[in-house]
Amino acid sequence: MFGKLSLESIPYHEPIIMVVVAFMAIAGIALFGLITYYRKWGWLWNEWFTSVDHKKLGIMYFIVALVMLLRGFSDAIMMRTQLAMAAGDAAGYLPPEHYDQIFTAHGVIMIFFVAMPMVIGLMNLVVPLQIGARDVAYPFLNNLSFWLFAVAAILVNISLVVGEFAKTGWLAYAPLSGIEFSPGVGVDYWIWALQISGIGTTLTGINFFVTIIKMRTKGMTMFRMPIFTWTSLCANVLIIASFPILTATVALLTLDRYFGMHFFTNDFGGNMMMYVNLIWAWGHPEVYILILPAFGVFSEVISTFARKRLFGYATMVWATIAITLLSFVVWLHHFFTMGAGANVNAFFGIMTMIIAIPTGVKVFNWLFTMFRGSLELTSPVLWTLGFIITFTLGGMTGVMLAVPAANFVLHNSLFVIAHFHNVIIGGVVFGMMAGLTFWFPKAFGFTLSEKWGKRSFWCWFIGFYVAFMPLYVLSFFGAVRRMQSYANPEWQPWMILAWVGAVIIMLGIACTIIQFWVSIRDRKQNVDVTGDPWDGRTLEWSTSSPAPFYNFARLPEVGDIDSFWSQKQRSEEQLEEAPYTDIHMPRNTVAGPVISFFALVIGFALVWHIWWLAGVGAVGVFVSFMARVFNDDIDYYVPAAEVERIEREHQLKREQQLEREQQLGVEAQA
Amino acid sequence: MATDTLQHGATAEPHEHHDASGTTVFGFWVYLMSDLVIFGSLFATYAVLMKGTAGGPTAADIFELPFVLVETFLLLLSSFTFGMGVLAMNAERLGQVKAWLAVTFLLGAAFVGMEIYEFQHLIHEGFGPDKSAFLSSFFTLVGTHGLHVTFGLIWILVMLIQLSTKGLNAMTRPRILCLSLFWHFLDVVWICVFSFVYLMGVL
Repeated sequence: MFGKLSLESIPYHEPIIMVVVAFMAIAGIALFGLITYYRKWGWLWNEWFTSVDHKKLGIMYFIVALVMLLRGFSDAIMMRTQLAMAAGDAAGYLPPEHYDQIFTAHGVIMIFFVAMPMVIGLMNLVVPLQIGARDVAYPFLNNLSFWLFAVAAILVNISLVVGEFAKTGWLAYAPLSGIEFSPGVGVDYWIWALQISGIGTTLTGINFFVTIIKMRTKGMTMFRMPIFTWTSLCANVLIIASFPILTATVALLTLDRYFGMHFFTNDFGGNMMMYVNLIWAWGHPEVYILILPAFGVFSEVISTFARKRLFGYATMVWATIAITLLSFVVWLHHFFTMGAGANVNAFFGIMTMIIAIPTGVKVFNWLFTMFRGSLELTSPVLWTLGFIITFTLGGMTGVMLAVPAANFVLHNSLFVIAHFHNVIIGGVVFGMMAGLTFWFPKAFGFTLSEKWGKRSFWCWFIGFYVAFMPLYVLSFFGAVRRMQSYANPEWQPWMILAWVGAVIIMLGIACTIIQFWVSIRDRKQNVDVTGDPWDGRTLEWSTSSPAPFYNFARLPEVGDIDSFWSQKQRSEEQLEEAPYTDIHMPRNTVAGPVISFFALVIGFALVWHIWWLAGVGAVGVFVSFMARVFNDDIDYYVPAAEVERIEREHQLKREQQLEREQQLGVEAQA
Repeated sequence: MATDTLQHGATAEPHEHHDASGTTVFGFWVYLMSDLVIFGSLFATYAVLMKGTAGGPTAADIFELPFVLVETFLLLLSSFTFGMGVLAMNAERLGQVKAWLAVTFLLGAAFVGMEIYEFQHLIHEGFGPDKSAFLSSFFTLVGTHGLHVTFGLIWILVMLIQLSTKGLNAMTRPRILCLSLFWHFLDVVWICVFSFVYLMGVL
C-alpha cells in the first residue's frame, strides 16, 4: 500500500534532524497561523500564486531562493563545524552517513535551489522591462516553471523529514548512485527533485529565449539590447541546449535504479564513465548559465554608477557569445584523471584556458568603464568591485586546474572546493546580491538600506577569504574533499580558521535579513516615486516603481544603446502625448500550481515506490493540463480608461511626494 | 498559450493573431531543438553501449528488418497524411482536416502497436532491457521515440475534439501547426533510428 514508506522512515533517532524538523514545524505553523489570522490566503492565491506577472514570479523565485539559502548555509556551517572538531582521534559530532548527506544536500541546494532561482528570478524581474515588453512570450508556462521549481524544493525538504537524502555528492556519480551501492531512497529524492525542477528550467529557457528574440520593443535591435538581456539570452541558449542532457542522463540513472537496466553499472556491459561524461556535458554549461547573468548585472551596475556607457559594448557581447560556445567543449576538464589519454586531455585543457580570454576581455571592459568615470561607491558597486577581485583570483586557480598535469595532483582535493567557491561566491552570489540591491526598488518602489547592504558586503567579502583561503593551503598539505574527519592534527588550526570565515559569512547573511527588516520598516523614508532611483540607463527605469502590471502604458521606442539615458540627457519633452490604448494581457491561471502539485505527488510516490499514488498524480497532471488546454478564456483587454486612471494616480503620488520634499527642504532651511 | 502582448490596441485584426501564432510556432521549434538534444544524448549512449552485449544477443541476432521496414513505412505515410491535413487546413476545409488527422492517428497507432509487439516479443524471448547494456540502450532509445509518438496520438485526439467543438480558429490553428512539426520531427528521428540502430545493426 505505501511502498517502501513506513513509520521507520522518519529518523527519530537522529537528534540533530529532529531539532531541525521541530524548528521547521514551528516556523511553518507560525507562518500558516499568521496568514490565516490576517485572512491573507485568498490574496496570496489570487494575487501571487496564480499570477502570470513576470515581476511577481521573479519576486517569488527570490523568496524561495533566500529561504533555501538559509537551508544550504546551515549545511555549510555544520560541515565546517564538524571539520573544525574532527582532527586526529576526534570523531566530531556528525556520523559519516549524515555528513555525506549534508555535503550532497549543500551542493544540490546551493546550485539548483539558490543560485538557479536567483538567476531566473532576476531574469523574470528585469528582462521584459529591459526590452520594453509587457510580459514574456508564454506567461502561463512561466508560472508553471516557477511552481515546478517550487515543488522540487519542497521535495528536497521532505527528504529531511521522511527518509534520507543522497550520500553521493551533488552530481550522484554512478555506480555509487546505482541501486547496488545506494539502495536507500536518498538518490531517488535527488532524481525526482532534479527532474521536476529541470523541466521547469527548460521551459523557462525556451520562454525567455522566445521573449527576447520575438518581443523587443520598436527600435531595439539585437545590438541595442542591454547587456543583462544579452547575457540572459546566452544563458537561455545554454539552458535549452544543456538541460535536456541532464534530463536524459538522470532518466537513464532512473532506469538503472528502477528497472535494473545497465547504463552505468559495473557489470553487463554498462559504462560508468559515460555517466560522468554526460553529467558534465550538462554541468559545465550550467556554471555559465549561472555566471553569465551575473556578468550582466555587473555590467549594468558599473555603467550606471560610473555614469558612463559601458566600455566596449560590442566586445562584451561577443565575449559573452564566445563563452557560450566554448562552454560546450570543456566538460572533460572535470575528470582529466579518467585516463582519456594525453591528446584528449591536452585538447580540453587548452579549450578551458581559452575561456579565460573572453572572460579577461570582460574584466578589462569593467575596469575601463570605471576609469575616469565618477564612480559612486554604493553597495551594488561594492559587490561589483569585490567580484572583480575575487573572481579574477578564482579564474586564475581555474586555469591552474586546467593544466592536466597539475590537475592529477589537485584533483579531488580541497583546491577544487576552494576554486569553485571562489568563482561561485565571488561571481554568482556577489552578482545576485548586487542585482537584488540594484533592482529591488523597481520591484517594490523603495530602496534597500545602504548601511546594512554595505555591512553585508564586507562580511561576505572578508568571510569568503577567511573561509576559503585556508582550503587552498590545506589542499597543498594533501587534504581531500568530502572527508568527515582527518588524522593529521596540524590541519586543525586551518580548519578552525575556515570555520571562523563561515561564521563571518553567517553575519553577512544576518546583515541581509536585517537589511530587509530595516528597509521595509523605513520604506516611507526610502520611497522612490520617480521609478529611476539610480539615474539609470535602460528601459526598466523609464516606468514607475513598482511597475504597473502592464509594464508600460505606452510601449517605448529605442534609437540607441542606453536609449533611456540619452533621452534624459536631451530632456526630451513628449510634444504630443499619444492617447492611451487598450492593453492585451494574459489572465491569471490556477493550472500552474495545480499541475505542479500533482507533479510533487508523482515525485514523492516514485521515491517511495507507491505506484498507485504515482498513477493518481499522473492522472491529476493530465486532467489539470487538459483543463488548461480546453480553456479559451486566457486573456483580456485592460481598457484605455483604466490605464489612464492608474497612470494618473501614479502621477498624483509623484507630485505629492515632490511637494512634500520641497516642504521638508523649506522647513530645513527655516 | 501565447499572448500577443507585444501588440496593442483593441482591434483584434487578423494579422495580430497571425503574429501570436508565429510566436507559438517559433517557440515550439525551439522546444523541438531541446527535445532533439534528449534524442542526441540517447543516440550517443547507444553508440557507446551497442557493443556492450555482455554475452547476450547482438543487434544482428534480434532485429528483423522486414518488420521494421513496415513500421517505417507506416510512420512515413502518416507524415504524408498529416501534411495533407495541413494543406486542407490552409484551404479552410475542416472536414478534410479531421479526416486526414484520423488517418494519421490510425497509422501512428499501428506503428506504436507494432513497436509494442516487437518489445513484447523480445522480452518474451528473454532479451529484456535488463539483460545487457546494449539492450538497455536499445529499448530506451526506441522506447523514448515510441513514447513521443504515443503523446502525439493523444495530442491528435485532443485536436480532433477541439476541431469538432471550436473549429478552425486562432487557438486551434497554431496548435495544428505545432502538432504537425512534432509529427514530422518524430519521423526524422525515426529515420535516424532506422538507419543507425536497425540498418547498421544488421548490416
